Amino acid sequence: MELHQELAKDIRLAEGLKSCMNCGICTAICPAAEFYDYDPRMIAGIVQSKDEIRIEELLKSDVIWYCGECMSCKTRCPRGNTPGLIIMALRSLSQELGFFAESEKGRQQLAIKRVVGENIAYRGYCVLPENLVPELHPELGPVGEWIYENKTKVYERVGANYNGEGVGALRKIPQESLDEIKQIFELTGGFERFDQIEHFSKQKAEEMGFTEGGDNYSDYINHIYTTNNNKHSRP
Amino acid sequence: MKREGKIQVWQDYQKEIADNHYFYVRSCIRQNFFPGAEQTFLRILRSELGKDIYENAHHTSCSGIAYHADIVPFDTIQTIVARQFALMTEAGYQNLAVSCITSFGIYNEIIETWKEFPSELEKIRNFLRKATGREFEVPQNVAHASDIVYKFREDIAIRKKYSLTNQQTGKPLKIVEHIGCHYSKMFPAKGIGGAEFPNVLVGMIESWGGEVIDYPERRHCCGFGFRQYLVMSNRGYSVSNSKKKFESMEPYQPDAILCNCPGCPMFLDRWQYVIEEMEGKTYGQNGQGIPVLTYEEMAGLVLGYNPWDMGMQMHQTNVEPLLDKMGIEYDPDLKYAGNDGKIIGKLSL
Repeated sequence: MELHQELAKDIRLAEGLKSCMNCGICTAICPAAEFYDYDPRMIAGIVQSKDEIRIEELLKSDVIWYCGECMSCKTRCPRGNTPGLIIMALRSLSQELGFFAESEKGRQQLAIKRVVGENIAYRGYCVLPENLVPELHPELGPVGEWIYENKTKVYERVGANYNGEGVGALRKIPQESLDEIKQIFELTGGFERFDQIEHFSKQKAEEMGFTEGGDNYSDYINHIYTTNNNKHSRP
Repeated sequence: MKREGKIQVWQDYQKEIADNHYFYVRSCIRQNFFPGAEQTFLRILRSELGKDIYENAHHTSCSGIAYHADIVPFDTIQTIVARQFALMTEAGYQNLAVSCITSFGIYNEIIETWKEFPSELEKIRNFLRKATGREFEVPQNVAHASDIVYKFREDIAIRKKYSLTNQQTGKPLKIVEHIGCHYSKMFPAKGIGGAEFPNVLVGMIESWGGEVIDYPERRHCCGFGFRQYLVMSNRGYSVSNSKKKFESMEPYQPDAILCNCPGCPMFLDRWQYVIEEMEGKTYGQNGQGIPVLTYEEMAGLVLGYNPWDMGMQMHQTNVEPLLDKMGIEYDPDLKYAGNDGKIIGKLSL
């Protein structure tokens, strides 16, 4: 299997990489390049080169996980490329092949899948008030804690319909609609992506000495959610 | 250049926004953090402007946050979006009104993909048919909710109870505007003013009496970065990008920050709290933070709505400095009260 050919099957690569002249404007505008040791110009150059060894290194590295997908690069590229879309194609392939589990940042995909992924697939929302646990979100401050502790009354006060029937903010999505969303995930490869993330994460967790126990690798989840080796920033 | 030529050039920066009959799709971020803003938008359209805006209980998140965190494949999000379009088609609507900027970018990306790759559209029609039995039409008009408020900004100005004016000095309030990246950076033609001259918030501020403040990092991302905020150990990215903006705007002494994306006001609001906790640094006047508002909240204040009805007590950075400057009357004792008038929960604020 040629990696560059696999990448080329992703329609976002066709859109995101037409012809890069390595001018570096994308790097100049990039919020990730501001703080991470990250250079989208380099990403475009490697993928364009079709160098299989360097593409595999990318797929296994932290580097492809630094982008914030703000797509500021799209506006500025004089050739109409979008390094953010190249990144999306690389991340998809990295997960398909299990390479994401080889880097600290890549391994985080399991934590995102377990929360955001399962929210959308089974509840119809990407984010839910129940996720905003103060210990996991200290940045939300005392007001966030007050909202979390008093969800029903606070959301009622501001006109939301938290877990209610019918229309409105934070309403309960009707079961027949959730069934349709699940069917969409089943048919379009959404659950297959989830299974890939779980499968390769399990292998890596065991390799790293974490055990499933009775709690589906909660120690591994905690590790990937909080670990930072502090080697990601520019020297 | 002759005037006709200039008009032609600027036509590329304009956008057609439907006048009425909208199918509304909510934002999962806004519902969690500023649900009162969405309610305020609906109230303005229905009660003030007499518009028809329809909501359907069966629509879901577009899955955009999951897609941009790369755990949802493109086929999956396309089909979820197609389902939203099917709900709209079945309800007899053609104009989509989108609460979220991430969703707005997603809808535009998918519609443009279908134009460029018709085989994708057929594939997604088949997926949706098999999964749900539904059929759909592509919307005739896709507007972000801020586009709609922009369109009717003068109608709001006619009804205003308060102006974006400092009541003590009589001078216009200095407002910094922050446009969500996915509003027009990806598809400039889909935003008012494109990516270079986004006018959607500027138009509101100027119509309601305020002064827009330019500053070097005006167009820099707030730092959400999807996975860069979702995972705790990545949040340095998010706060650092917000801080870059605060440092850049601070010398201009803004009275408020105005946003059109659901995520940006959350981050620009909360990260001010975090920076104060970590470094003791505040960016507003008199040791306070800079109030961060959604455009729905600002429109509501101009129209004289009660800030606590709109959910402005859910901000971490206090909004009172702005309310006081505008001369808005509010009851501080009811800030954290419920519908029964009693204080909700135990306050440690």
